[in-house]
Amino acid sequence: MQSIQEKADQIVKELNQFDDWLDKYQYIIDKGKELPTAGLEIKIDENLISGCQSKVWLTSEYRDGRVYFKGESDALITRGLVSMVIQVYSGCTPDEILSFEPKFIEQAGLSQHLSPTRNNGLLSMIKQIKLYALAWKIRNNPSTLKK
Amino acid sequence: MKLDVDALRNDFPILQQRVYGKPLIYLDNAATTQKPREVIQAITNFYEQLNSNVHRGNHYLSAKATDTMEQARNDIASFIHAPNPEEIIFTHGTTESINLVAYGFAKSLLQPGDEIIISALEHHSNLVPWQQVCLQKGAHLKVIPLDDTGQIRFDAFQNLISDRTRLIALAHVSNVLGTILPIEEVIKIAHQNGIPVLIDGAQAVQHLPVDVSQLDCDFYAFSGHKIYGPMGIGILYAKSSWLQKLPPFQFGGEMIDIVSFEKTIFSDIPFKFEAGTPNVEGVIGLAAALKYLNRIGLDNIFDYETELFHYALNVLSQINGVHIVGNAQKRCSVISFLIDHIHPYDSGTLLDQFGIAVRSGNHCAQPLMNVLDVPGTVRASLSFYNTREEIDALASAIEKVKNFFL
Repeated sequence: MQSIQEKADQIVKELNQFDDWLDKYQYIIDKGKELPTAGLEIKIDENLISGCQSKVWLTSEYRDGRVYFKGESDALITRGLVSMVIQVYSGCTPDEILSFEPKFIEQAGLSQHLSPTRNNGLLSMIKQIKLYALAWKIRNNPSTLKK
Repeated sequence: MKLDVDALRNDFPILQQRVYGKPLIYLDNAATTQKPREVIQAITNFYEQLNSNVHRGNHYLSAKATDTMEQARNDIASFIHAPNPEEIIFTHGTTESINLVAYGFAKSLLQPGDEIIISALEHHSNLVPWQQVCLQKGAHLKVIPLDDTGQIRFDAFQNLISDRTRLIALAHVSNVLGTILPIEEVIKIAHQNGIPVLIDGAQAVQHLPVDVSQLDCDFYAFSGHKIYGPMGIGILYAKSSWLQKLPPFQFGGEMIDIVSFEKTIFSDIPFKFEAGTPNVEGVIGLAAALKYLNRIGLDNIFDYETELFHYALNVLSQINGVHIVGNAQKRCSVISFLIDHIHPYDSGTLLDQFGIAVRSGNHCAQPLMNVLDVPGTVRASLSFYNTREEIDALASAIEKVKNFFL
């Protein structure tokens, strides 16, 4: 199984293969199509990450020491970004998620092409992923709180 | 006189640049306008030749900086036809101008059960301050609904007026739909009922000739940066009778007359509302912008922009699958639209890549988006430096966006 770093590196490699920005966005949108159709059930306010431009819903599950994410968005490009972020973080342990710095966003040229507010949308997605990881970690090991 | 737009564009250094290797097409003027060289030069000149603190020192530079700033106050007053320069208060922007009035009302004029009227198309900056003041004082916020075209419903407005109405706060021009509100009629009816009116002119002063004396509004707020001036400077025009009545908004230096440890006697208007060192470069930059606009001619700007606006409406509404949001009879400068089956975020992102700066999202008017039942819009907002060729380029980029997502 790929490590979180390997998964991030793969995204960076795939996104940097394009010279034409249209191809790059096409790739991002296609990524969105790979997103398991989480469907309507996760599109509830409780799962909504507030962002100015488009809506993102995110949920998580915990199985055998690993966190799995599901996500949705009402915009296609954002859905692709959600898909890539989930591809990187899903299936990792809470500790892996919490300690991983999301440098791949910059390396994949996404901060260059997405304006700061949109980039913040990506960053708030990752912040939410880390919050889920932290919540699962504490739930399964309450002693971490006592430190 | 017709505008020589090609020549005028040369006055704006930023418009000469390319983005992503394509010529910049700047259609986000409702967010902020670009600055002509004269404004940039005025700010540079201030720091190179005049910089010193105003209203204090009795040395040469301070006196000169003070004179320049107070002359700017006169110029700004004449631009909107305010009867007295002392009725012009320098703030950070429209938001602070509105907050200044909201604070004053909350502090000394609002009682529980009182009412404030706004409209459903307000920018958050003319909504949240009133909502918060109402929550704080146990007052009620009343909202004028819109008709199908995106205009306020005048009958509903008249029905909202009661003997508890303390203030009406309305946009002059909607930042989302471009609707020009019938503020003359609103002010007339309001005054017949003894109610003051605040106008949020952030999207109006740069496009329409504004005469606050003729309008007879009690307050008029706008931002420097949306009228080709610098960021961080805003104006509140208020009738002096109101300025005398309202308490100071902030306390400190510059706004005082006599201070002891026990008490303070505040300065007269406008200074009692201008605590601390003012944004002198901003004031001077704004005056330079207004001077520049006066030289081009406000009527010329209005005529050119009106023609360009109708050209843009015509071109965009002819594109298959494009829907313009709002079609009020009186509109200017702002066009919000949606492309069938494409989220505004997606269209905005791609248009950016074509070198076209438009805004997508809720435009700081979330309640309006709920009323319109849209996830947001794409907004193109015009200036006199935009051209028909740029509108055509927008149209052809929209076609490409459509093809991309099909």
